[in-house]
Amino acid sequence: MPQKFRTIYMAKENFLSKVFHLYYDGFRSMTLGKTLWAIILIKLFIIFVVLKLFFFPNFLKQHADGNEAEYVATQLLNIED
Amino acid sequence: MLQNLILNIDAGTIDWSRAQFALTAIYHWLFVPLTLGLAVIMGIAETKYYRTKDEFWKETAKFWQKLFGVNFAMGVATGIILEFEFGTNWSNYSWFVGDIFGAPLAIEGIVAFFMESTFVAVMYFGWKKVSAGFHLASTWLTGLGATISAWWILVANAWMQCPVGCEFNPDTMRNEMVSFAEVALSPFAVSKFCHTVTSSWIIGAIFCVGVSCWYLMKKRHTKLAIESIKIGAGVGLVAALLAGGTGHKSGMDVAEAQPMKLAAMEALYDGGTEQGLKLIEGIEVPYGLSIMATNDPKGYVPGINDLVNGYTTPDGKTEPSVEEKMERGKKAIEALAAYRKAKAEGADESIVNYQLSIINSNMQYFGYGYLKDKTDVIPPVAVNFWAFRVMVGVGCLFILFFAVILAVTYQWPKALFGKRDITALPAWHYWVAIALIPLAYIGSECGWLVAEFGRQPWTIQDMLPTWASVSDLQSSSVMITFFLFLILFSTMLAVEINILLKQIKKGPEV
Repeated sequence: MPQKFRTIYMAKENFLSKVFHLYYDGFRSMTLGKTLWAIILIKLFIIFVVLKLFFFPNFLKQHADGNEAEYVATQLLNIED
Repeated sequence: MLQNLILNIDAGTIDWSRAQFALTAIYHWLFVPLTLGLAVIMGIAETKYYRTKDEFWKETAKFWQKLFGVNFAMGVATGIILEFEFGTNWSNYSWFVGDIFGAPLAIEGIVAFFMESTFVAVMYFGWKKVSAGFHLASTWLTGLGATISAWWILVANAWMQCPVGCEFNPDTMRNEMVSFAEVALSPFAVSKFCHTVTSSWIIGAIFCVGVSCWYLMKKRHTKLAIESIKIGAGVGLVAALLAGGTGHKSGMDVAEAQPMKLAAMEALYDGGTEQGLKLIEGIEVPYGLSIMATNDPKGYVPGINDLVNGYTTPDGKTEPSVEEKMERGKKAIEALAAYRKAKAEGADESIVNYQLSIINSNMQYFGYGYLKDKTDVIPPVAVNFWAFRVMVGVGCLFILFFAVILAVTYQWPKALFGKRDITALPAWHYWVAIALIPLAYIGSECGWLVAEFGRQPWTIQDMLPTWASVSDLQSSSVMITFFLFLILFSTMLAVEINILLKQIKKGPEV
């Protein structure tokens, strides 16, 4: 590989390596952070898996069946004599 | 004969949907201001480390960053639930305004949150990995990322209060953005952002001062406590003064865009010129309301009755009555229905264009067409009146508090504070500072009560009331998720307070 490209390649590898080690070493040495991450992950699970799936469906997607404008128009322009 | 508009939505659905949104928004707002406020405190502490290379400031910065991290972690994703609620409980609203409302929320998620996430990792993991300058920049950029997030969310909320930069498309039944700049840089959004962020700095400041006072009371980490009080009280005093000034600007914006909200905040039923600002019923600051609303002691401020019945200002500007607006709103709604029917049936273009012209000339009062009674436009006066007073009262108290505690810490002026030693005050002094932490939160939440209760009955000011905005859900399903959130949030809040208190008791790593 030409020297110029080898230098760029090595610099890029070094940068990526540094970023990797920043996170890897950082996560490994966490103390309080481990507790906080556990709480974050539990919370995200509850929010995205339990709440979103079972309690917060996309109402329009379920009821409008691709005709959102028509459905909302029916809801908003419901007129009786 | 006019046709009656009936939206067959269960009244319970409307109220439970509102209650659920209020609960989740209030809960979310417990974490956001401390994130924004502590970002400034930890940034200043680390800047002092960068400039002095004194390890004391490094440990001080790391201590406040630790507490920042606890709060940040507990606050993560609490805002997402609000977006879920838009899609489930507020589907008419989501469709009607999603083209405009969705954009700032999407930008917030993509740009600001990723910025925060990236630099918060460098802040916590990078002490031994990056240069001191890069680490300092990362600390400030973490706070900046959080502040940019706040910008976009407040742009969205400001648009609800004062919708601009949009046009209604009767074919798609959506308001469509015609000017991103008008939405993103609306004067209402700018004032709201400045006021909300500066009030958040107060929260961070009082938290810093309160925790420091606890250390002084326990005779622990004295140097950290004193230096942190200097930072916290300095930031707090500046923030409280700025919050007052930006609050005045916000008040002027509200007077122009939401005069009914201002009237409710003041429990002003019959307006006029030279209006005083009520402290409580019977005690008022002469000309205060006119100055707050118009910057002119003789400025005209309409009351609730004026806004309901219509009025003419001294300079000849006329505002129609609510009943006139209701008539025009009904015309817009009926014309919209006729327009859509005509288009669906392939009617003559002249008929379609005729209906379109009626829509366009009455669209600004579209939401009024859903009102059943003219008094429906009146928001809850008592809530607005007292929430406003609590917010302003707390703000004024903090100006005084931060000024006094700075004076005591620096023992200046010597004549008054020369003999006071911040480390040797009676215990109740420190308890006052600690007790001001929850009071700051109460003041901050009251600000949001004013903003959102004052907006009622509208989800979008003048465009769509709450009962036209909700999904046609069973109220029982909304009620169930309300109580589910109440239990979940209470548990999570107890966990966070527990972790925060443990870390405060543990103190900085020396």
